Amino acid sequence: MAGVNWTDSTIEAGGTKLHLQRAGKGRPVVVLHHETGTLDRLPFYDALAAHYDVLVPHHPGYSRSERPTWMRSVRDIAVMHRGLLSELKLKNVALLGLGFGGWIAAEMASMAPDDLSHLVLVGAMGIKPPEGDILDLAITGYVDYARAGFHDQKAFDRVYGAEPSIDQLEMWDICREMSFRIAWKPYMYSQTLPHLLGAVRAPALVVWGDDDKVVPQSVAKRYVEALPNARLEIVKAAGHCVDMEQPETLAKLVTNFIGRE
Amino acid sequence: MHLMYFTEQPMSAYPEQAGRDFGATALMLSNKHFDPVEGSRLYNNYIEQYMLAEEVGVDGIMLNEHHNAPFCMQAKANIFAAVLAGMTKKVKIVMLGNPLPLAENPIRLAEELAMIDMISKGRLVSGFVRGGGQEQLATGVNPAFNRERFEEAHELIVKAWTQEGPFRFEGTHYQHRVVNPWAVPLQKPYPRVWIPGVISKETIIWAAQQRYPYIALNTSIEQTKKIWELYDSVAADVGYVGGPENRGYLIQVHVSDNEEKAIENARQFRWMQGEFTGLAHPVWSTPSGYGSPSARRTFVEFASGRASNPRGETSFEQQMADLRIIAGTPKTVVAKLKRILEETRPGILALWGNDGRVSQADSLTCIKLIGQEVFPAIREIAKSLDLKSPFEANAPVGIKYSTDLKPRKAAAAE
Repeated sequence: MAGVNWTDSTIEAGGTKLHLQRAGKGRPVVVLHHETGTLDRLPFYDALAAHYDVLVPHHPGYSRSERPTWMRSVRDIAVMHRGLLSELKLKNVALLGLGFGGWIAAEMASMAPDDLSHLVLVGAMGIKPPEGDILDLAITGYVDYARAGFHDQKAFDRVYGAEPSIDQLEMWDICREMSFRIAWKPYMYSQTLPHLLGAVRAPALVVWGDDDKVVPQSVAKRYVEALPNARLEIVKAAGHCVDMEQPETLAKLVTNFIGRE
Repeated sequence: MHLMYFTEQPMSAYPEQAGRDFGATALMLSNKHFDPVEGSRLYNNYIEQYMLAEEVGVDGIMLNEHHNAPFCMQAKANIFAAVLAGMTKKVKIVMLGNPLPLAENPIRLAEELAMIDMISKGRLVSGFVRGGGQEQLATGVNPAFNRERFEEAHELIVKAWTQEGPFRFEGTHYQHRVVNPWAVPLQKPYPRVWIPGVISKETIIWAAQQRYPYIALNTSIEQTKKIWELYDSVAADVGYVGGPENRGYLIQVHVSDNEEKAIENARQFRWMQGEFTGLAHPVWSTPSGYGSPSARRTFVEFASGRASNPRGETSFEQQMADLRIIAGTPKTVVAKLKRILEETRPGILALWGNDGRVSQADSLTCIKLIGQEVFPAIREIAKSLDLKSPFEANAPVGIKYSTDLKPRKAAAAE
């Protein structure tokens, strides 16, 4: 989608510099990216920016944001992003979390259940799968792991290229190190999060690819049970990274859920 | 000169084909291929080797630890150290070493090592390591905090050994509200600490700052010289002169009564398909956060199959030519070792004598020849080159116990 005018800036939230990309007008929608970091521009972000004021902060320690060495948990990231929202004077935003970013979004929702318009979780980590396990970054190669996020490998090639650059591999390593620092044990979930979601009254949409090889679909059910006002959508022929594999399908689900202005 | 015998304690009875079929011989190769009947036989073979090593006069037995792989059967070095503490009489028990970051409770290590020191009547050398990348994954320990945990666990253990309890320790990775172990080392101020390593500059710098001998593991002569250059320059910054008493070297040396057989057996040093710690996915051996940030790019290139191993891959013949593997009769071996001693001047030397599927009979012959012929000749050479061990030089155990420090004036003036 050409013509979307993105601005990049650095915002200091509680002493840490965070990179923020922002475009569009309307209701603020905060997109929280995967544990593999994020590319600067993606068709999914463009599709959302046609309808909303889209904010994509880079998580501390990921992509273009600096690493706070003191950080020890995913909840720390959630608090920092809450700080970023107050720095930007944004209230009642919609939170849209992708995979690992879904975990952060759920934590942010649990912290201030009144300060949230909508919650969208796509293949979200953060809850121990009742069945199956979350794919282990630590024993999987960089490209193998990133490819595991896609049902259709051609979609991966479109996003990252058939042979991702060394710069990309290095960035994946930096992101991976940050994930180890904050989500090593238990790996990629919180034992308390599902018990803290009961206060979230905002409507929630839980989206899962039908071929998610990173986070088992059993987690989707736990999110729907734990959130008082949630429903589930399964996207056919999609892997974990629904946003990169089927950007238009996901954008449509999101706009139907949040509504257009 | 302090002269030691070392073996990785290979689990040589594992089915090699299973490793080839699986495509890896480390971390994830199923332990359904581990046969405890063979394990029992091999553990007892290794005890027999160590007992012979003491009988033929080696100064020390070097022990180490690895996990989830056939290349090393010692899942806990302190177990073998305890066995040897009770069974041997004279040899130093040289741990190279206990992987500190793997410990969730370093006080337990301090206690175990104190017990080994007392049972052995003060024969413990307590080396410490970071543990390989795979070790972190095999034990569920966060690789991103490996170095921080190493340094903090060291601080806690030395405190537990030297400071009267009870006291409290509030660290970043370790918090202990009551430290008061009722087992303290016999050796004062504490057992000697030696630090082995291969590639990380950070470890060399740290060892030199602590004034702990650094043991270069099977590096080439050129690499070894560079290591001492760095060590000595840090030593000068801190205020002492690095010398043989700060330098150790481990090298693969197989000795036999005939040259051909020696070379044939030495091929077993590459028995894990040429991979010293077994064939593994590169991200297992260098998980993110484990290595130096400065080596990040080189490692991701290697891990994605676009560059060769930064740790180096060389053929058996090349390693023989580079003197990283030495094989032959005592006469041949001594001549080659002499060159290494002249060029790199270590005060501690460990011979890694046997590996892979070398038979027990050949292993024992090797140990006998090392003790009776190679080491006596090396002692003479060391004497002529003035290569003193930390014991002979009466070197301080660590930097805090040094009385001769003269830090560089330039550093002080800044």
